[in-house]
Amino acid sequence: MTRVAIFDYGAGNIFSLKNSLEREGATADVIRDFAARPGGDGNSGSDAAADAARHYDGLLLPGVGNFGPAMKAVTRDPDSKFSDYVGHGMPVLGICLGMEMFFARSQEGSEPGLGVMSGDVASLPDTMKVPHMGWNSLQIRRRGRLLEGVEDGAWVYFVHSYMARLPATPPPGGAAGDVVTAESSYNDIVIPAAVEYRNYLGTQFHPEKSGPVGRQMIRNFLGVCRR
Amino acid sequence: MVKGTRFVEIRDAGDPVALAKRYSDEGADELVFLDITASDERRKTIRELVRGVASVIDIPFTVGGGVSTMEDARNILLSGADKVGINTGAINNPPIITEMMGLFGRQCVVVAIDAKRNYGEPADGGGGPPVMLEDDSGRRFWFEVHTYGGKKGTGVDAIRWARRAQGLGAGEILLTSMDRDGTKDGYDHELTRRVVDAVSIPVIASGGCGHPGDMADVFGATGVDAALAASIFHYQEYGVSGVKRILRDRGVPVRL
Repeated sequence: MTRVAIFDYGAGNIFSLKNSLEREGATADVIRDFAARPGGDGNSGSDAAADAARHYDGLLLPGVGNFGPAMKAVTRDPDSKFSDYVGHGMPVLGICLGMEMFFARSQEGSEPGLGVMSGDVASLPDTMKVPHMGWNSLQIRRRGRLLEGVEDGAWVYFVHSYMARLPATPPPGGAAGDVVTAESSYNDIVIPAAVEYRNYLGTQFHPEKSGPVGRQMIRNFLGVCRR
Repeated sequence: MVKGTRFVEIRDAGDPVALAKRYSDEGADELVFLDITASDERRKTIRELVRGVASVIDIPFTVGGGVSTMEDARNILLSGADKVGINTGAINNPPIITEMMGLFGRQCVVVAIDAKRNYGEPADGGGGPPVMLEDDSGRRFWFEVHTYGGKKGTGVDAIRWARRAQGLGAGEILLTSMDRDGTKDGYDHELTRRVVDAVSIPVIASGGCGHPGDMADVFGATGVDAALAASIFHYQEYGVSGVKRILRDRGVPVRL
């Protein structure tokens, strides 16, 4: 049994997401801090997050909410830290806002991001209809783990007002500049659609709303969780 | 490539959960549920329906019909819908659009507009005088917003209302031509183009689709972002994928 924790920032509906994981045979627990364990509250104290993390195979950062409040929710408890939770290489899937949180900062709020990937998050240009809502096709740059079995040109569903901006020159000494696994084009604007770096997987689109292609990615993520 | 999103409206047609599953499996891009029930136990019924649908499909869906309070909107969204459609409730209380945007985000707020050509004297139901237009035979008319399922004229101009709804926080406009609804004569291009040009948020055209070619026509003629159809799917004249193949052959980018 694969057990995944879905972090609830308290901002909205995560029913579809929980459901999409359970449909693929996983158990999904909604957590509001990194000390939470299956079936009840966790310990307190400085080991709480690492201790709680042992009960889960993966973490999901969902795509509903606002950057500032969501980052505050994730960093609220000084005794149960995100970094301790994922410190042993727990697979993390960030969807939309969840993916944006991987970067250093966002124009959506002054709160710093998780900073696990180089780059920042900017508003979509005002030449576009914002929020951008609809189906777009993926241009796959490198297959990675999340996109296994997904065809180049596959359609996925986006709802967003912000986009990741990767540094033009990758920082020295790492694969961090090469995190983009797929892009999507809105007329002449190209946006990073999927990213992967170490145990962090992210999608700007919503796999849980992307039909059979999205189901494939959910299965791929659960596969990564089981490894 | 935003175009090619297609909607299926489900209005009192059999078991909605089974129908939703079928449309989703056949390749519909999005579902819209309107006027789902008017019973006394509305809220509970809606909650059960939305949960039922959310657990069998994995495409976005909108639920509307009788939404007039924040509690109605929350009930729909927390049960698993992606967006709430609001029509009469927004005309009667425009600030609710802003409240909904503030709490749920603009992307969740779909303002539904039922518009009908009015050849009478321009009224001013708020928001200034209407945009006066001429039909093919030179008769002057304007597009009037109707509420309560089309029963009540409001005196409000549909083009102005769409722009105002965007300013208040709408994320999307679901635009129904009452003149075309149920006729199978094709979408109202004049209405659709006027509203598309007036706003910078996505617009969904609705009313009048009798053939897949009507969808291709409204995309080509108006720049609208999505087209909604109901009866051509309900009665299985064309499956969703059949419609999408026809659109693809007409050069409309679609997910197949």
